[in-house]
Amino acid sequence: MADARPGAMSRIIRWIDYRLPFVQFLNHHLVEYPTPRNLNYWWNYGSLSGIMLVVMIATGIFLAMQYTPHADYAFDSVERIMRDVNYGWLVRYAHMNGASMFFVLVYTHMFRGLYYGSYKAPRELLWILGVVILILMIATSFMGYVLPWGQMSYWAATVITNLFSAIPLIGQSIVTLLWGGFTVGNPTLNRFYALHYLLPFIIVAVVLLHLIALHRFHSNNPLGIDLKGPQDTLPFHPYFTIKDLFGLVVFLLVYAFFVFYAPNFLGSPVNSMPANPMQTPNHIVPEWYLLPYYAILRSVPNKLFGVILAFGSIFLLFIVPWLDTSPVRSARFRPVYKWVFWLLVIDVIALGWVGANPPEGLVVTVGQFATFYYFIHFLVLFPLIGKLERPRPLPFSIAAAVLQGGGTRLGGAGAPMAKP
Amino acid sequence: MADLAHQNVTGAHPGETRRDFLILTTAAIGGVAVAATIWPFIDSLNPARDTLAESTTEVDLVPVQLGQRLTVKWRGKPVFIDHRTPEEIKAAADVNISDLRDPQKDSDRVKKPEWLVVIGVCTHLGCIPLGQRAGDDRGPYGGWFCPCHGSVYDTSARIRQGPAPLNLAVPPYDFTSDTTIKLG
Repeated sequence: MADARPGAMSRIIRWIDYRLPFVQFLNHHLVEYPTPRNLNYWWNYGSLSGIMLVVMIATGIFLAMQYTPHADYAFDSVERIMRDVNYGWLVRYAHMNGASMFFVLVYTHMFRGLYYGSYKAPRELLWILGVVILILMIATSFMGYVLPWGQMSYWAATVITNLFSAIPLIGQSIVTLLWGGFTVGNPTLNRFYALHYLLPFIIVAVVLLHLIALHRFHSNNPLGIDLKGPQDTLPFHPYFTIKDLFGLVVFLLVYAFFVFYAPNFLGSPVNSMPANPMQTPNHIVPEWYLLPYYAILRSVPNKLFGVILAFGSIFLLFIVPWLDTSPVRSARFRPVYKWVFWLLVIDVIALGWVGANPPEGLVVTVGQFATFYYFIHFLVLFPLIGKLERPRPLPFSIAAAVLQGGGTRLGGAGAPMAKP
Repeated sequence: MADLAHQNVTGAHPGETRRDFLILTTAAIGGVAVAATIWPFIDSLNPARDTLAESTTEVDLVPVQLGQRLTVKWRGKPVFIDHRTPEEIKAAADVNISDLRDPQKDSDRVKKPEWLVVIGVCTHLGCIPLGQRAGDDRGPYGGWFCPCHGSVYDTSARIRQGPAPLNLAVPPYDFTSDTTIKLG
């Protein structure tokens, strides 16, 4: 990297960098940045989520240039984007499906954190900031879904804002305040548009905090043990830039498949009808990424309690670092948790299935059981397994574990991936 | 890894390895992909199809009396249609071309001498000149007068005085019949 013969360009860069250490900063965080050498592909989802956030902001700004935030014109302006604006269909489908992809990435990222114990000391705040990002994403996606002002937009807005009416005494006043009227209407649409534009930038700010916290103690890794020295790490560039780029290309293939071949697969056809405040669609469903919360909400026969549990299912994640009492991070060395983790995955998928189907018969039973298990998993199994489970012995260091098969002992510079 | 190292040793010139080739081709394809991704975003800012659909306007000339001026909207801009009197046509034709700032013969600016069709946007800074309505100040040449910065146009809508650099532009149009024109 270092230039032996400083040319004019590098002298200018040095002059600036002495005063504003931007290049140093990038070098420190993106080039030399020491990264655990044993990261697997599950560690791609963080950077992919970051890229997706940029894609959402970019497509969103271009959509905002064509969209009209007024109850009388919003639906038509979206149809104009789809039919008349050059490539408007592409920008909108990229944004719509981008929201789904963003949630796929973030949920995978979170499950990875749960499997490898990435939330444990000293990374508790890193995890908490991640949960804050998730909550902001849910709020942003919900408000974005309202903007096209279709039937589902309108009734989703009605149902979700009505959740706040469950609050005793002041609930109804809060809902009126949220609406800016006596129903969801033009004032609601306008404020949702303003907030939908604002929140992504707040997400960017929280992502920066998330990264500051990440770079304080560096990435966790599949072994879940601390970095002991330079032999445990590789520079971020080129080893992980190229790994992230490869993952990005694979991800873009999936994303592009949805955008070009199944753009409406993840959406509801009911939203192709303009909002009608006089008639509710027969079957109201949120977007797929909100289905589990929706299932929890519906599984409880009491209004206030249902709302508390639906919100609680997310807020519960804030205390996960303290619910898990095990001293070992990675599930690889936790013979019981390793299997129990998958029960949570199955449980969340089951909740998603429950949320997608009308609440009748088996759906109700499964919903109630899955809701019950979700809370038991975190509130009972997490602390209990940590106490009762006997973890397998941890390797001495990442380098020792990685190089075991290779024959070299803590070779450091003699690593198999060294540059020719 | 092994053959890469091998090739490095036997390669004729350092810096011309298979790795360099891979990096260059990857970067080139990546560059094309980025450009192809950016283009739809830029193109989305160009006029949309509903905007382009407004790009032609048909005008019926029958109600426009001799000496009367009509303003129609075309692509969001005013178009001046002047049913000129023989005196106005003569005044426009008699001008010495070399005296003009933007030399153009009157006959080059019309399809039929009695019908002058120009875009009513001053070529200085985009104001709409006066002269379309009865009682407007038409300026010393009997054409149009721009109130913003005092540009004066003659009966062929050519610039005669003031800061504007060019004559009022003639839009593309055709007579679809003797009494109808299609703008655009």
